[in-house]
Amino acid sequence: MHPFEYVEATDPAAAIHAAGEGAQSVFFAGGTTLIDLMKLDVMTPAKLVDVNHLPFSSIEEQPDGILIGANVRNSDLAHHATIREQYPVLSEALLAGASAQLRNMASTGGNLLQRTRCTYFRDINSACNKRQPGSGCDAITGVNRMHAILGTSDYCIATHPSDMCVALVALDAVIHTQMHNGTKRQIPITEFYLLPGETPERETVLNRAELITHVHLPANPMARRSHYLKVRDRASYEFALASAAVALETKGQTITRASVALGGVGTVPWRSKEAEAALTGKPAERVTFEAAADAALAPAKPQHHNAFKIELAKRTLVLALEELMARSF
Amino acid sequence: MGQIATPNPTSATVSVTLRINGEERNLQLDPRTTLLDALREQLALSGSKKGCDQGQCGACTVHINGQRVLACLSLAIAHQHDEITTIEGLADGGELHPMQAAFIECDGFQCGYCTPGQIMSAVAMLEEAARQIPSHADELSLEEIRERMSGNICRCGAYPNIVEAIRHAQTIGKKGRS
Repeated sequence: MHPFEYVEATDPAAAIHAAGEGAQSVFFAGGTTLIDLMKLDVMTPAKLVDVNHLPFSSIEEQPDGILIGANVRNSDLAHHATIREQYPVLSEALLAGASAQLRNMASTGGNLLQRTRCTYFRDINSACNKRQPGSGCDAITGVNRMHAILGTSDYCIATHPSDMCVALVALDAVIHTQMHNGTKRQIPITEFYLLPGETPERETVLNRAELITHVHLPANPMARRSHYLKVRDRASYEFALASAAVALETKGQTITRASVALGGVGTVPWRSKEAEAALTGKPAERVTFEAAADAALAPAKPQHHNAFKIELAKRTLVLALEELMARSF
Repeated sequence: MGQIATPNPTSATVSVTLRINGEERNLQLDPRTTLLDALREQLALSGSKKGCDQGQCGACTVHINGQRVLACLSLAIAHQHDEITTIEGLADGGELHPMQAAFIECDGFQCGYCTPGQIMSAVAMLEEAARQIPSHADELSLEEIRERMSGNICRCGAYPNIVEAIRHAQTIGKKGRS
Protein backbone atom coordinates (compact mmCIF):
# COMPACT_ATOMS: atom_id res chain seq x y z
CA MET A 1 0.00 0.00 0.00
CA HIS A 2 1.29 3.44 -0.87
CA PRO A 3 1.77 5.91 1.99
CA PHE A 4 -0.99 8.44 2.49
CA GLU A 5 -1.98 11.34 4.67
CA TYR A 6 -4.99 10.66 6.91
CA VAL A 7 -7.35 13.49 7.78
CA GLU A 8 -10.39 13.11 10.01
CA ALA A 9 -12.99 15.65 8.94
CA THR A 10 -15.38 17.09 11.50
CA ASP A 11 -17.62 19.13 9.21
CA PRO A 12 -18.60 18.89 5.52
CA ALA A 13 -16.92 22.12 4.41
CA ALA A 14 -13.64 21.07 5.98
CA ALA A 15 -13.90 17.64 4.35
CA ILE A 16 -14.49 19.15 0.93
CA HIS A 17 -11.65 21.64 1.44
CA ALA A 18 -9.27 18.87 2.50
CA ALA A 19 -10.23 16.69 -0.46
CA GLY A 20 -9.77 19.62 -2.84
CA GLU A 21 -6.13 20.04 -1.92
CA GLY A 22 -3.99 17.86 -4.16
CA ALA A 23 -5.26 15.79 -7.03
CA GLN A 24 -4.81 12.46 -5.28
CA SER A 25 -7.27 12.92 -2.40
CA VAL A 26 -10.25 10.67 -1.77
CA PHE A 27 -13.09 10.53 0.74
CA PHE A 28 -12.93 7.56 3.09
CA ALA A 29 -16.17 6.10 4.47
CA GLY A 30 -16.71 2.34 5.05
CA GLY A 31 -13.46 1.53 3.27
CA THR A 32 -14.71 -1.82 1.99
CA THR A 33 -13.80 -0.97 -1.61
CA LEU A 34 -11.10 1.61 -1.01
CA ILE A 35 -8.85 -0.27 1.44
CA ASP A 36 -9.17 -3.43 -0.64
CA LEU A 37 -8.10 -1.62 -3.82
CA MET A 38 -5.33 0.26 -2.00
CA LYS A 39 -3.84 -3.05 -0.87
CA LEU A 40 -3.82 -4.14 -4.52
CA ASP A 41 -2.23 -0.80 -5.56
CA VAL A 42 -5.19 -0.29 -7.89
CA MET A 43 -5.98 2.91 -5.99
CA THR A 44 -3.04 4.95 -4.70
CA PRO A 45 -4.47 8.08 -3.05
CA ALA A 46 -2.07 10.52 -1.38
CA LYS A 47 -4.70 11.60 1.13
CA LEU A 48 -7.67 9.95 2.83
CA VAL A 49 -10.32 12.33 4.13
CA ASP A 50 -12.29 10.37 6.74
CA VAL A 51 -15.94 11.44 6.45
CA ASN A 52 -17.32 8.93 8.95
CA HIS A 53 -17.88 11.55 11.63
CA LEU A 54 -19.86 13.94 9.45
CA PRO A 55 -23.52 14.36 10.46
CA PHE A 56 -25.04 12.22 7.70
CA SER A 57 -26.09 9.18 9.69
CA SER A 58 -29.86 9.49 9.92
CA ILE A 59 -32.84 8.24 7.94
CA GLU A 60 -35.48 10.97 7.93
CA GLU A 61 -39.06 10.47 6.87
CA GLN A 62 -40.26 13.57 5.06
CA PRO A 63 -43.58 14.45 3.40
CA ASP A 64 -42.11 13.95 -0.07
CA GLY A 65 -40.11 10.83 0.64
CA ILE A 66 -37.19 9.58 2.69
CA LEU A 67 -33.84 11.28 3.12
CA ILE A 68 -31.00 8.84 3.76
CA GLY A 69 -27.71 10.17 5.11
CA ALA A 70 -24.62 9.17 3.12
CA ASN A 71 -23.08 7.59 6.23
CA VAL A 72 -26.04 5.30 6.95
CA ARG A 73 -24.67 1.77 6.95
CA ASN A 74 -26.08 -0.75 4.48
CA SER A 75 -27.29 -2.97 7.35
CA ASP A 76 -29.14 -0.12 9.09
CA LEU A 77 -30.80 0.91 5.83
CA ALA A 78 -31.81 -2.67 5.01
CA HIS A 79 -33.40 -3.20 8.43
CA HIS A 80 -35.14 0.17 8.69
CA ALA A 81 -38.86 -0.48 9.25
CA THR A 82 -40.10 2.14 6.77
CA ILE A 83 -37.68 1.02 4.06
CA ARG A 84 -38.78 -2.59 4.51
CA GLU A 85 -42.44 -1.64 4.34
CA GLN A 86 -42.49 1.10 1.71
CA TYR A 87 -39.43 0.27 -0.41
CA PRO A 88 -38.94 -3.51 -0.02
CA VAL A 89 -36.87 -3.70 -3.21
CA LEU A 90 -34.15 -1.63 -1.54
CA SER A 91 -34.06 -3.70 1.64
CA GLU A 92 -33.98 -6.92 -0.38
CA ALA A 93 -31.21 -5.65 -2.66
CA LEU A 94 -29.06 -4.59 0.28
CA LEU A 95 -29.50 -7.92 2.05
CA ALA A 96 -28.62 -9.77 -1.16
CA GLY A 97 -25.28 -7.98 -1.27
CA ALA A 98 -21.97 -8.86 0.40
CA SER A 99 -21.97 -10.33 3.94
CA ALA A 100 -23.34 -9.10 7.26
CA GLN A 101 -19.88 -7.86 8.28
CA LEU A 102 -19.45 -5.86 5.07
CA ARG A 103 -22.99 -4.47 5.29
CA ASN A 104 -22.19 -3.22 8.79
CA MET A 105 -19.22 -1.32 7.35
CA ALA A 106 -20.35 -0.15 3.91
CA SER A 107 -22.04 3.25 3.70
CA THR A 108 -24.83 4.45 1.44
CA GLY A 109 -22.60 7.06 -0.22
CA GLY A 110 -19.75 4.60 -0.63
CA ASN A 111 -21.95 1.93 -2.16
CA LEU A 112 -22.94 4.43 -4.87
CA LEU A 113 -19.25 4.67 -5.75
CA GLN A 114 -18.42 0.96 -5.43
CA ARG A 115 -15.84 -0.07 -8.04
CA THR A 116 -16.14 -2.93 -10.48
CA ARG A 117 -14.99 -6.48 -9.60
CA CYS A 118 -13.50 -6.93 -13.11
CA THR A 119 -10.42 -9.09 -12.45
CA TYR A 120 -8.37 -7.13 -14.98
CA PHE A 121 -9.21 -3.84 -13.27
CA ARG A 122 -8.10 -5.39 -9.96
CA ASP A 123 -4.81 -6.71 -11.38
CA ILE A 124 -2.27 -3.93 -11.98
CA ASN A 125 -0.35 -6.16 -14.40
CA SER A 126 -3.31 -6.26 -16.82
CA ALA A 127 -4.29 -3.69 -19.41
CA CYS A 128 -7.33 -1.73 -18.23
CA ASN A 129 -8.62 1.51 -19.67
CA LYS A 130 -10.59 2.20 -16.52
CA ARG A 131 -7.56 1.94 -14.23
CA GLN A 132 -5.00 3.27 -16.72
CA PRO A 133 -6.61 5.17 -19.61
CA GLY A 134 -5.20 4.19 -23.00
CA SER A 135 -3.69 0.90 -21.84
CA GLY A 136 -6.33 -1.28 -23.50
CA CYS A 137 -8.84 -3.82 -22.21
CA ASP A 138 -7.65 -7.33 -21.41
CA ALA A 139 -11.19 -8.36 -20.47
CA ILE A 140 -12.46 -8.12 -24.05
CA THR A 141 -9.96 -10.76 -25.19
CA GLY A 142 -9.73 -12.52 -21.84
CA VAL A 143 -12.00 -14.45 -19.51
CA ASN A 144 -15.18 -12.42 -19.47
CA ARG A 145 -17.88 -14.69 -18.07
CA MET A 146 -18.74 -12.17 -15.32
CA HIS A 147 -18.66 -9.10 -17.57
CA ALA A 148 -21.36 -6.78 -18.85
CA ILE A 149 -23.60 -7.28 -21.86
CA LEU A 150 -25.38 -3.92 -21.71
CA GLY A 151 -23.77 -0.49 -22.02
CA THR A 152 -20.35 -1.81 -23.02
CA SER A 153 -17.88 -0.15 -25.38
CA ASP A 154 -14.72 -1.18 -27.21
CA TYR A 155 -12.85 0.36 -24.28
CA CYS A 156 -14.52 -1.33 -21.31
CA ILE A 157 -16.94 -4.16 -20.49
CA ALA A 158 -16.66 -4.02 -16.68
CA THR A 159 -19.85 -4.81 -14.77
CA HIS A 160 -21.18 -2.41 -12.16
CA PRO A 161 -21.18 -4.59 -9.02
CA SER A 162 -23.75 -2.97 -6.72
CA ASP A 163 -27.12 -4.44 -5.76
CA MET A 164 -28.24 -1.37 -3.80
CA CYS A 165 -27.79 0.91 -6.80
CA VAL A 166 -30.00 -1.27 -9.00
CA ALA A 167 -32.84 -0.83 -6.53
CA LEU A 168 -32.14 2.91 -6.25
CA VAL A 169 -32.34 3.23 -10.04
CA ALA A 170 -35.73 1.49 -10.05
CA LEU A 171 -36.86 3.87 -7.29
CA ASP A 172 -35.69 7.05 -9.09
CA ALA A 173 -33.50 8.03 -6.16
CA VAL A 174 -31.89 11.47 -6.14
CA ILE A 175 -28.31 11.99 -4.96
CA HIS A 176 -27.58 15.12 -2.94
CA THR A 177 -24.06 16.54 -3.02
CA GLN A 178 -22.07 19.46 -1.71
CA MET A 179 -19.14 21.20 -3.40
CA HIS A 180 -16.22 23.48 -2.65
CA ASN A 181 -17.94 26.86 -2.39
CA GLY A 182 -20.89 25.45 -0.45
CA THR A 183 -22.88 24.82 -3.63
CA LYS A 184 -25.25 21.89 -3.39
CA ARG A 185 -26.86 19.94 -6.16
CA GLN A 186 -29.34 17.12 -6.61
CA ILE A 187 -28.59 14.51 -9.24
CA PRO A 188 -31.19 11.93 -10.35
CA ILE A 189 -29.48 8.53 -10.11
CA THR A 190 -30.45 7.81 -13.70
CA GLU A 191 -28.16 10.71 -14.69
CA PHE A 192 -25.45 9.95 -12.11
CA TYR A 193 -23.56 7.12 -13.84
CA LEU A 194 -21.64 7.51 -17.09
CA LEU A 195 -21.45 4.78 -19.71
CA PRO A 196 -17.83 3.81 -20.33
CA GLY A 197 -17.68 4.99 -23.95
CA GLU A 198 -14.11 6.08 -24.68
CA THR A 199 -13.50 7.26 -21.10
CA PRO A 200 -14.26 4.36 -18.73
CA GLU A 201 -12.14 6.02 -16.04
CA ARG A 202 -14.97 8.52 -15.61
CA GLU A 203 -17.73 6.59 -13.82
CA THR A 204 -20.03 9.32 -12.49
CA VAL A 205 -20.84 12.98 -13.07
CA LEU A 206 -19.27 13.92 -9.70
CA ASN A 207 -16.63 16.63 -9.73
CA ARG A 208 -13.41 16.32 -7.78
CA ALA A 209 -13.98 16.84 -4.04
CA GLU A 210 -17.76 16.77 -4.52
CA LEU A 211 -19.18 15.09 -1.43
CA ILE A 212 -22.27 12.89 -1.44
CA THR A 213 -24.32 13.96 1.58
CA HIS A 214 -27.69 12.21 1.16
CA VAL A 215 -29.80 10.00 -1.05
CA HIS A 216 -33.45 10.93 -1.41
CA LEU A 217 -36.15 8.35 -2.13
CA PRO A 218 -39.15 10.14 -3.63
CA ALA A 219 -42.54 9.19 -2.19
CA ASN A 220 -43.83 6.47 -4.49
CA PRO A 221 -46.88 4.31 -3.69
CA MET A 222 -45.81 1.80 -6.36
CA ALA A 223 -42.59 1.12 -4.42
CA ARG A 224 -44.59 -0.79 -1.78
CA ARG A 225 -45.09 -3.42 -4.43
CA SER A 226 -41.48 -3.93 -5.39
CA HIS A 227 -39.01 -6.81 -5.35
CA TYR A 228 -35.35 -7.66 -5.94
CA LEU A 229 -34.23 -11.01 -7.31
CA LYS A 230 -30.54 -11.90 -7.60
CA VAL A 231 -29.01 -14.90 -9.37
CA ARG A 232 -25.41 -15.86 -8.62
CA ASP A 233 -22.89 -18.69 -8.58
CA ARG A 234 -23.26 -19.23 -4.82
CA ALA A 235 -26.41 -19.15 -2.69
CA SER A 236 -25.07 -16.18 -0.73
CA TYR A 237 -22.15 -13.75 -0.50
CA GLU A 238 -21.47 -13.46 -4.23
CA PHE A 239 -21.84 -10.84 -6.92
CA ALA A 240 -24.77 -11.10 -9.31
CA LEU A 241 -24.66 -12.89 -12.62
CA ALA A 242 -28.00 -11.23 -13.19
CA SER A 243 -30.47 -9.42 -10.98
CA ALA A 244 -33.72 -7.54 -11.37
CA ALA A 245 -35.35 -4.74 -9.37
CA VAL A 246 -39.03 -4.43 -10.23
CA ALA A 247 -42.03 -2.41 -9.10
CA LEU A 248 -45.55 -2.61 -10.48
CA GLU A 249 -48.83 -0.77 -10.20
CA THR A 250 -51.89 -2.63 -11.44
CA LYS A 251 -55.58 -1.93 -11.93
CA GLY A 252 -57.48 -5.17 -12.06
CA GLN A 253 -55.27 -7.42 -14.14
CA THR A 254 -53.74 -4.56 -16.12
CA ILE A 255 -50.32 -3.06 -15.41
CA THR A 256 -50.71 0.71 -15.20
CA ARG A 257 -47.12 1.59 -14.24
CA ALA A 258 -43.85 -0.32 -14.05
CA SER A 259 -40.27 0.22 -13.01
CA VAL A 260 -37.53 -2.16 -14.10
CA ALA A 261 -33.78 -2.14 -13.45
CA LEU A 262 -31.20 -4.85 -14.03
CA GLY A 263 -27.96 -5.67 -12.21
CA GLY A 264 -24.96 -7.89 -12.97
CA VAL A 265 -25.35 -7.30 -16.70
CA GLY A 266 -24.68 -3.59 -17.21
CA THR A 267 -21.66 -1.31 -17.08
CA VAL A 268 -23.92 0.90 -14.95
CA PRO A 269 -26.98 -0.01 -12.83
CA TRP A 270 -29.30 -0.59 -15.78
CA ARG A 271 -32.73 1.03 -16.08
CA SER A 272 -34.85 -0.53 -18.80
CA LYS A 273 -37.40 1.91 -20.13
CA GLU A 274 -37.96 -0.62 -22.95
CA ALA A 275 -39.18 -3.23 -20.46
CA GLU A 276 -41.35 -0.68 -18.69
CA ALA A 277 -43.00 0.30 -21.99
CA ALA A 278 -43.61 -3.37 -22.80
CA LEU A 279 -45.33 -3.90 -19.43
CA THR A 280 -47.46 -0.77 -19.22
CA GLY A 281 -51.07 -1.21 -20.32
CA LYS A 282 -50.70 -4.98 -20.67
CA PRO A 283 -52.14 -7.83 -18.59
CA ALA A 284 -49.94 -8.90 -15.69
CA GLU A 285 -49.13 -12.37 -16.99
CA ARG A 286 -46.18 -14.42 -18.14
CA VAL A 287 -46.49 -13.57 -21.85
CA THR A 288 -46.24 -9.88 -21.00
CA PHE A 289 -43.27 -10.46 -18.71
CA GLU A 290 -41.45 -12.42 -21.42
CA ALA A 291 -42.06 -9.64 -23.92
CA ALA A 292 -40.65 -7.14 -21.42
CA ALA A 293 -37.59 -9.34 -20.88
CA ASP A 294 -37.02 -9.61 -24.63
CA ALA A 295 -37.27 -5.81 -24.88
CA ALA A 296 -34.88 -5.27 -21.98
CA LEU A 297 -32.20 -7.53 -23.44
CA ALA A 298 -32.64 -6.56 -27.09
CA PRO A 299 -29.63 -4.18 -26.97
CA ALA A 300 -27.40 -6.82 -25.28
CA LYS A 301 -23.99 -7.49 -26.78
CA PRO A 302 -22.39 -10.70 -25.51
CA GLN A 303 -18.66 -11.36 -25.17
CA HIS A 304 -16.93 -14.71 -25.71
CA HIS A 305 -17.86 -16.23 -22.33
CA ASN A 306 -21.04 -14.47 -21.24
CA ALA A 307 -23.71 -15.00 -23.91
CA PHE A 308 -25.55 -17.10 -21.30
CA LYS A 309 -26.27 -13.91 -19.39
CA ILE A 310 -28.80 -12.79 -22.00
CA GLU A 311 -31.13 -15.72 -21.37
CA LEU A 312 -30.32 -15.71 -17.64
CA ALA A 313 -31.21 -12.03 -17.29
CA LYS A 314 -34.47 -12.55 -19.18
CA ARG A 315 -35.48 -15.44 -16.93
CA THR A 316 -34.43 -13.48 -13.85
CA LEU A 317 -36.65 -10.56 -14.85
CA VAL A 318 -39.62 -12.81 -15.67
CA LEU A 319 -39.28 -14.66 -12.35
CA ALA A 320 -38.91 -11.39 -10.42
CA LEU A 321 -42.16 -10.13 -11.92
CA GLU A 322 -43.95 -13.43 -11.27
CA GLU A 323 -42.76 -13.49 -7.66
CA LEU A 324 -43.91 -9.91 -7.20
CA MET A 325 -47.38 -10.66 -8.58
CA ALA A 326 -47.65 -13.73 -6.37
CA ARG A 327 -47.35 -11.59 -3.25
CA SER A 328 -50.48 -10.35 -1.57
CA PHE A 329 -50.88 -6.63 -0.93
CA MET B 1 -10.91 19.49 11.53
CA GLY B 2 -9.99 16.53 13.69
CA GLN B 3 -6.84 14.51 13.64
CA ILE B 4 -4.34 14.88 10.82
CA ALA B 5 -1.71 12.24 10.27
CA THR B 6 0.94 13.01 7.69
CA PRO B 7 3.45 10.27 7.03
CA ASN B 8 6.79 10.89 5.40
CA PRO B 9 7.17 8.96 2.18
CA THR B 10 9.34 6.60 4.22
CA SER B 11 7.86 5.04 7.31
CA ALA B 12 6.74 7.73 9.70
CA THR B 13 4.51 6.56 12.50
CA VAL B 14 1.68 8.29 14.29
CA SER B 15 0.37 7.93 17.81
CA VAL B 16 -2.90 6.03 17.99
CA THR B 17 -5.01 5.02 20.99
CA LEU B 18 -7.32 2.06 20.66
CA ARG B 19 -9.81 0.72 23.19
CA ILE B 20 -9.68 -3.05 22.94
CA ASN B 21 -11.50 -5.52 25.19
CA GLY B 22 -12.07 -2.73 27.70
CA GLU B 23 -8.44 -1.59 27.85
CA GLU B 24 -6.84 1.49 26.34
CA ARG B 25 -3.78 0.64 24.28
CA ASN B 26 -1.34 3.24 22.96
CA LEU B 27 0.45 2.47 19.73
CA GLN B 28 2.90 4.05 17.34
CA LEU B 29 1.89 2.94 13.89
CA ASP B 30 2.08 3.67 10.20
CA PRO B 31 -1.29 5.15 9.10
CA ARG B 32 -1.54 2.29 6.60
CA THR B 33 -1.82 -0.28 9.40
CA THR B 34 -5.07 -2.21 9.33
CA LEU B 35 -6.84 -2.96 12.58
CA LEU B 36 -6.03 -6.64 11.98
CA ASP B 37 -2.29 -6.00 11.70
CA ALA B 38 -2.35 -3.72 14.75
CA LEU B 39 -4.04 -6.48 16.77
CA ARG B 40 -1.86 -9.31 15.58
CA GLU B 41 1.54 -7.71 15.05
CA GLN B 42 1.64 -4.99 17.68
CA LEU B 43 -0.71 -6.06 20.46
CA ALA B 44 -0.06 -9.81 20.41
CA LEU B 45 -3.79 -10.42 20.03
CA SER B 46 -3.37 -13.10 17.40
CA GLY B 47 -6.79 -14.70 17.89
CA SER B 48 -8.20 -12.69 14.98
CA LYS B 49 -6.94 -14.47 11.89
CA LYS B 50 -5.65 -13.26 8.55
CA GLY B 51 -7.19 -15.50 5.91
CA CYS B 52 -7.65 -13.63 2.63
CA ASP B 53 -6.76 -10.11 3.83
CA GLN B 54 -9.23 -8.70 1.31
CA GLY B 55 -12.62 -8.94 2.96
CA GLN B 56 -13.72 -12.23 1.48
CA CYS B 57 -13.31 -14.88 4.21
CA GLY B 58 -14.43 -13.45 7.58
CA ALA B 59 -11.54 -14.95 9.59
CA CYS B 60 -10.67 -11.47 10.91
CA THR B 61 -14.18 -10.69 12.23
CA VAL B 62 -14.18 -8.50 15.35
CA HIS B 63 -16.84 -6.33 16.99
CA ILE B 64 -16.66 -2.56 16.74
CA ASN B 65 -19.23 -0.90 19.02
CA GLY B 66 -21.03 -4.24 19.15
CA GLN B 67 -21.23 -4.70 15.39
CA ARG B 68 -19.40 -7.48 13.55
CA VAL B 69 -16.95 -6.05 11.01
CA LEU B 70 -13.83 -7.11 9.13
CA ALA B 71 -10.58 -6.00 10.76
CA CYS B 72 -8.61 -6.54 7.54
CA LEU B 73 -10.53 -3.77 5.74
CA SER B 74 -10.48 -1.41 8.72
CA LEU B 75 -7.74 1.14 9.32
CA ALA B 76 -6.61 1.16 12.94
CA ILE B 77 -6.23 4.95 12.91
CA ALA B 78 -9.90 5.36 12.00
CA HIS B 79 -11.18 3.55 15.11
CA GLN B 80 -9.78 5.62 17.94
CA HIS B 81 -13.25 6.55 19.20
CA ASP B 82 -14.55 3.01 19.15
CA GLU B 83 -15.00 0.07 21.47
CA ILE B 84 -13.26 -2.93 19.90
CA THR B 85 -13.86 -6.50 21.03
CA THR B 86 -11.79 -9.43 19.81
CA ILE B 87 -12.09 -13.16 20.47
CA GLU B 88 -9.70 -12.67 23.41
CA GLY B 89 -12.27 -10.41 25.06
CA LEU B 90 -15.24 -12.71 24.68
CA ALA B 91 -14.81 -15.00 27.68
CA ASP B 92 -15.81 -13.73 31.11
CA GLY B 93 -12.60 -14.29 33.03
CA GLY B 94 -12.09 -18.05 33.04
CA GLU B 95 -15.61 -18.79 31.86
CA LEU B 96 -16.12 -19.31 28.16
CA HIS B 97 -18.79 -17.37 26.33
CA PRO B 98 -21.77 -19.70 25.59
CA MET B 99 -20.89 -19.57 21.90
CA GLN B 100 -17.32 -20.70 22.58
CA ALA B 101 -18.62 -23.50 24.79
CA ALA B 102 -21.13 -24.51 22.11
CA PHE B 103 -18.43 -24.73 19.43
CA ILE B 104 -16.51 -27.14 21.67
CA GLU B 105 -19.63 -29.08 22.63
CA CYS B 106 -20.75 -29.49 19.00
CA ASP B 107 -17.26 -29.90 17.52
CA GLY B 108 -17.84 -26.83 15.36
CA PHE B 109 -14.40 -26.78 13.76
CA GLN B 110 -11.70 -28.89 12.23
CA CYS B 111 -8.40 -27.03 11.71
CA GLY B 112 -9.68 -24.11 13.81
CA TYR B 113 -8.28 -21.29 11.69
CA CYS B 114 -11.64 -19.72 10.84
CA THR B 115 -13.08 -20.43 14.30
CA PRO B 116 -12.42 -17.09 16.08
CA GLY B 117 -14.07 -15.28 13.15
CA GLN B 118 -16.95 -17.77 13.10
CA ILE B 119 -17.55 -17.30 16.82
CA MET B 120 -17.33 -13.50 16.76
CA SER B 121 -19.68 -13.45 13.77
CA ALA B 122 -22.13 -15.90 15.37
CA VAL B 123 -22.32 -13.95 18.65
CA ALA B 124 -23.19 -10.74 16.79
CA MET B 125 -25.52 -12.60 14.45
CA LEU B 126 -27.73 -13.86 17.27
CA GLU B 127 -27.89 -10.35 18.72
CA GLU B 128 -28.86 -8.96 15.30
CA ALA B 129 -31.54 -11.58 14.88
CA ALA B 130 -32.99 -10.83 18.30
CA ARG B 131 -32.91 -7.08 17.66
CA GLN B 132 -33.98 -6.74 14.05
CA ILE B 133 -36.49 -9.42 13.24
CA PRO B 134 -38.67 -10.10 16.27
CA SER B 135 -40.75 -12.71 14.48
CA HIS B 136 -37.64 -14.82 14.00
CA ALA B 137 -36.31 -14.39 17.52
CA ASP B 138 -37.63 -17.75 18.71
CA GLU B 139 -35.46 -19.95 16.60
CA LEU B 140 -33.60 -19.29 13.41
CA SER B 141 -34.03 -21.88 10.69
CA LEU B 142 -30.96 -23.67 9.36
CA GLU B 143 -31.35 -21.73 6.15
CA GLU B 144 -31.42 -18.40 7.98
CA ILE B 145 -28.34 -19.25 10.01
CA ARG B 146 -26.45 -20.24 6.87
CA GLU B 147 -27.47 -17.03 5.10
CA ARG B 148 -26.59 -14.82 8.05
CA MET B 149 -23.23 -16.58 8.47
CA SER B 150 -22.30 -16.56 4.77
CA GLY B 151 -19.53 -14.03 5.36
CA ASN B 152 -17.48 -16.64 7.22
CA ILE B 153 -15.82 -19.22 5.03
CA CYS B 154 -14.61 -22.56 6.46
CA ARG B 155 -12.14 -24.27 4.19
CA CYS B 156 -12.49 -27.54 6.11
CA GLY B 157 -16.22 -27.51 5.44
CA ALA B 158 -17.23 -27.83 9.08
CA TYR B 159 -20.44 -25.98 8.31
CA PRO B 160 -22.96 -28.58 9.63
CA ASN B 161 -21.39 -28.53 13.09
CA ILE B 162 -20.93 -24.75 13.04
CA VAL B 163 -24.65 -24.35 12.39
CA GLU B 164 -25.37 -26.90 15.12
CA ALA B 165 -23.15 -25.01 17.57
CA ILE B 166 -24.98 -21.76 16.85
CA ARG B 167 -28.38 -23.40 17.41
CA HIS B 168 -27.03 -24.93 20.60
CA ALA B 169 -25.73 -21.56 21.81
CA GLN B 170 -29.08 -19.97 21.02
CA THR B 171 -30.83 -22.58 23.16
CA ILE B 172 -28.36 -22.15 26.03
CA GLY B 173 -28.78 -18.37 25.78
CA LYS B 174 -32.55 -18.69 26.09
CA LYS B 175 -32.32 -20.99 29.08
CA GLY B 176 -29.84 -18.62 30.66
CA ARG B 177 -32.16 -15.66 30.27
CA SER B 178 -35.32 -17.35 31.53
